[in-house]
Amino acid sequence: MSDNATTTHVTPTTAGTLAAPARPHDGAALTAPPLVAASPPGQGRGGVLATPVQRAESTGADARAAAAGPPGAAAEIEAAEISEADTHALGEVPGWWGRLAATWRPLLRRPGFVLAVLFVLFVIVSGLAPSLFTSYSPSDTSPADKLKGPSFTHLFGTDELGRDLFSRMLHGSTLTIKVTGGSVLIAIVAGLALGIVSGFFGGWIDVLLMRVVDVLLAIPILMMALTIITALGFGLVPMAIAVAVGITPGFARTTRAEVLRVRSQPYVEAARTGGASWGRVLWRHILPNSWGPVGVLAVLDFGTAVLLVSTLSFLGFGAPPPAAEWGSLISHGRNFLITSPWLSLLPGLFVGLVVFSLNHVARTLEEVDR
Amino acid sequence: MPRYLAGRLAQALAVLWAAYTVVFVILHVLPSDPITLQLSAGGADISQLTPTQLHILKDRYGLDDPILTQYFHGLWNALHLDFGMSLTQNVTVGSLITDKVGSTLELTLVALPLMVIGGIGLAYLASYVQWRPARTLLARLPAVGVSLPQFFVGLLLIQAFSFSLHWFPATGEDGWRSLVLPAVTMSLLGAAMLAQLLIRSFADTWREPHIATARAKGLSRGTVQLRHVLRNASLPALTLLGILLGYTVTNAVVVESVFSRDGLGQLAQRAVLGQDVPLVQAIVLIAAAGFVVVNLLVDLLYTLLDPRVAAAARAG
Amino acid sequence: MTGPNATGPNATGPNATGPNATGPDNDVSASAVRPPGETLVELAGLSVGYRQHGRLVPAVDDLSLVVAAGETVAVVGESGSGKTTAANAILGLLPSNGVVTAGRITLAGNDVTGASDRVLRQLRGPFVGLVPQDPMVGLNPTMRIGAQVGEAVRRRGVDRRLVPAEVREALERAGVDQPAMRARQYPNELSGGLRQRVLIAIALAGHPRLIVADEPTSALDVTVQRRILDHLASLVRESGTALLIITHDLGVAADRADRVVVMRRGRIVEQGGPREILLHPREDYTRHLISVAPALSHAGGVVPRHTTTATPVSAPLLRLDGVGKDFRLPRGGESRTFTALDDVSLTVHAGQTLGLVGESGSGKTTALRIAMGLEPPTRGRVWLDGTDITGASWSTLRPLRRRFQLVHQNPYSSLDPHFTVGQSIAEPLVSFRVGDRASRAARVRELLDQVALPVSYADRRPAELSGGQRQRVAIARALALSPELVFLDEPVSALDVSVQDQILTLLARLQDELGVGYLFVSHDLAVVAALAHQVAVLRNGRIVESGPAATVLTAPAQAHTRELLDAVPGQRFAADLAGATVRPPGETAPGPDAAGSGAAVGPSLKSESGAAVGLKG
Repeated sequence: MSDNATTTHVTPTTAGTLAAPARPHDGAALTAPPLVAASPPGQGRGGVLATPVQRAESTGADARAAAAGPPGAAAEIEAAEISEADTHALGEVPGWWGRLAATWRPLLRRPGFVLAVLFVLFVIVSGLAPSLFTSYSPSDTSPADKLKGPSFTHLFGTDELGRDLFSRMLHGSTLTIKVTGGSVLIAIVAGLALGIVSGFFGGWIDVLLMRVVDVLLAIPILMMALTIITALGFGLVPMAIAVAVGITPGFARTTRAEVLRVRSQPYVEAARTGGASWGRVLWRHILPNSWGPVGVLAVLDFGTAVLLVSTLSFLGFGAPPPAAEWGSLISHGRNFLITSPWLSLLPGLFVGLVVFSLNHVARTLEEVDR
Repeated sequence: MPRYLAGRLAQALAVLWAAYTVVFVILHVLPSDPITLQLSAGGADISQLTPTQLHILKDRYGLDDPILTQYFHGLWNALHLDFGMSLTQNVTVGSLITDKVGSTLELTLVALPLMVIGGIGLAYLASYVQWRPARTLLARLPAVGVSLPQFFVGLLLIQAFSFSLHWFPATGEDGWRSLVLPAVTMSLLGAAMLAQLLIRSFADTWREPHIATARAKGLSRGTVQLRHVLRNASLPALTLLGILLGYTVTNAVVVESVFSRDGLGQLAQRAVLGQDVPLVQAIVLIAAAGFVVVNLLVDLLYTLLDPRVAAAARAG
Repeated sequence: MTGPNATGPNATGPNATGPNATGPDNDVSASAVRPPGETLVELAGLSVGYRQHGRLVPAVDDLSLVVAAGETVAVVGESGSGKTTAANAILGLLPSNGVVTAGRITLAGNDVTGASDRVLRQLRGPFVGLVPQDPMVGLNPTMRIGAQVGEAVRRRGVDRRLVPAEVREALERAGVDQPAMRARQYPNELSGGLRQRVLIAIALAGHPRLIVADEPTSALDVTVQRRILDHLASLVRESGTALLIITHDLGVAADRADRVVVMRRGRIVEQGGPREILLHPREDYTRHLISVAPALSHAGGVVPRHTTTATPVSAPLLRLDGVGKDFRLPRGGESRTFTALDDVSLTVHAGQTLGLVGESGSGKTTALRIAMGLEPPTRGRVWLDGTDITGASWSTLRPLRRRFQLVHQNPYSSLDPHFTVGQSIAEPLVSFRVGDRASRAARVRELLDQVALPVSYADRRPAELSGGQRQRVAIARALALSPELVFLDEPVSALDVSVQDQILTLLARLQDELGVGYLFVSHDLAVVAALAHQVAVLRNGRIVESGPAATVLTAPAQAHTRELLDAVPGQRFAADLAGATVRPPGETAPGPDAAGSGAAVGPSLKSESGAAVGLKG
């Protein structure tokens, strides 16, 4: 009885076991997983749920009932409630579309979330089809217009050769989106596989895989990326692989934690004692119930990947010129910082906005998911 | 307790050894032609070399040994802090690193307190201030800090405080004034992350039942925050702080590049640009070692600060 | 310190309620009862709501309540009744989204409605103290016990040098053994009962005029609960402190309070002396609460539903034969093991219920898991209908699973939130490939009908159901394959009392209709009595007593069984009543007996034997 408190508390273990994917270079990832791992005692995941009303009247499980409706609704005398509930409140059963709408409605009420989603969509669409949004070619030089500040003709101004910076940014998006999309895709597939195998089968497979993840986490993410780029050379593909290897361990760890959490739920045990095979349990119970936090982390990891890719190309490890990702544009603009600060600051702000939007989307999803 | 200590120490060493192995595999096994990679980094054009010249070069860098021999040889040397010769510069990796480490340490020692004070201070304020608009603003601030790329922050500071206001020099390494901007840049991200974690941790702790017990004693909000909330809320942040500390070298890569400081970070960037395998390997290992050591210390600190962890440690 | 003790120091005597037994013609529910003595707290028409998503959700509505110096008042209500909100309002500890929408709060003559924290905190400690709900989380985990009690002592302006002595004294008064040593410990080194005593010490250390105890013991074992409540009551009596107990248990209230306030959905249903409320309840809801409180509805006794003492004639369905279970302790020593179960033998007969009773740590859950084949025993054998299933793997056990199913303790986590009710109930059928889509749907309808849920519920999700409804769904799922034996793991402990009663009635009806056997694990003897034919009492992994429910529950042979029986709340009140009046015991249970018990009511009332129970934790 006396050691109850220890079980829910964050217990430090190996260097790698520390609150998984929080690394300086994925500032983004901070919002979700470390908090789950390192929340204060007695709080766990459940603790974060507690709204004041629940707390106000909580004796154990009934707090959850209070969350479902206004206080009092859950505590009716049951016989009365059955007949009552049929006629009011819950009403008719919402269909598939109704449920979807119910999920999205709270999100659409948040203007910040909508703005962030729209901006991310704009970046993706404009990256895939830049010509829709700009009439300038990214490589057409125009010496007469060199180093012009931002204006309505040139939204982001022009560079030292008179090229339109906004157009160069959007064309750079294509490369950046390809690299981040590819790397996050690799990371999701690998991380999910590792996490599910580890959390689901447990035993020595789990021990082995998690030790590997620990070690990978002990090598700072940028260092890991630098090592891989040294081995594979410069360019988009090595960069994508480097970023993927960097974010996979954190992803695997979160997936595993979620799978473990759901696996220990009584409803999984109920399904098992009801005769369900592990395959069915995995497919019907564990995956649908664990995808929430995993999905949130995936969105966060997009932000991480964008930061990491632009950092790597800023350091000069990306595609060689004239191809220009966001990072190399910023790096190039440095040379004109005194006279034409927009050349590096506007693209930098743009990257910051993309990451901020992704983080905001992830954070909102996380809050609504609770 | 000694048992726990020994166990943690062994664990840390095992992680370091595994990290060495991972880095070795990436650098020596992964490339399709590791010999070409390394020799071309050394400035030699392989197509121009005669077989004899090639053999001499390979012999010099130990590249024609079987891969396992190279592995154990490298491991043995690394244990003696001998990382071999740099391929791009004609000096030992060890001497290059000792040359540059001072500048990075200097930067870190200024940045760290800034980060800790900034992060904790912001979180403390955001949790203590009652006026809603200010509270919301303070609570949102870290999300911005966490999203901005470090190089952008650095360039912004240079533009504002060197080129416009002329308060601090943009680059260079003379005197404390040249340290201010890089240190602020370096600390900003960590401070934002710390604040973000702490704000949530503070909020969670304020909601814990034992806070009601403390308030029912009649203690003021300030006393409760200082005596009951701060310590409990800081425990999760300690883990993050360990991670941030362990990332010193990594942080330095971008910051030193932006501010043209000649430290380990710049060395790392140049090593990768020149594909200087031994140098990259050494820097990555040092980064990993820093990470592991700091986190070992953090774990031990936990046993001092949290009686529950201490109890678990005593139990084995 | 002996405050005005108008209500008399002796709460056990029948005249304890005398002075403030207002006549039955007083309209108690409309205005606050004003007892004699100095008024400490007065809530007048108080309404409190919580702001949520821009809406104001009412929690307390038009509440009027007075607590006078030295009296003990109990606020009784189920979850959602607003009782905790009321307590928080008195302490000034409403959460930040709580709003007082109407009415006044007066503490010690000062109107403190909407007062600033600065004002309120002057009153907390010296005027009102709190004993919080859950001792496991009520103490700061990173601060020594002594320092935490010391904070409360220092609030009184005690000289710094005298604080340690006062801390030791406060701990000792609260019944903490070795106070000097305990003061140096951290909360995680103390058991739940001891932590609750420390919390009581903290509340007392401020020398308050009033202590608010919010479900002070509901997280503890019954025997510990009883000891602590008695101790708290006697401390309060000695020092003349007023006590406001917030509880869901009418029995707890009846045993200790001078006045009982029944709340429901944020409103007061009725209030008055315990005799008034329990003997002449005016409201249906109060009657209902009395009828479902086991000890109160049976004059203080735990009355088994099944009264036969004969050995069952039906075939044994499940047999545990000398089962033992050892757990390896996490390192710390050389092959140290913890014996969770030792030589446990049990038999469940077809169509009958075996009640397995024990406090936390007694091994009852381990026994159930071994019987279910979820864990292998270290020693002994498990027989299911003649088949040895000891250590059988899941796949060899799978065909047998159709014949025995499980209902979990917590209906909030035993249903997959993504599944509809119909999917959850049909899942075992799908797993065993029973029938086709149409026949499964028909079976789901049939099962919903059996557990008294509308058929339309098949398309709902668990989040749309209340706790009792969810437990009905879980029972329907367990019955889907028409098993012969259902394991019930504390199936009602997460539910409100009135819902508990309905689920127990349902389980009894299903047994009559379907002839299903139950292995019923519970910590609550009163709950077990409602269902069990046979009872086995576990303590520290061993069976201390077993036999027909009629024998074990009415004439226990072992001290531990007696202790468990005596700890059922409400007995003291019933015993007082029986000693003081010549009313037939049946009158304590007006209204229909919801338990549907046809058993003979009115066994010999046991004398109040708990007074001798030691106070040390």
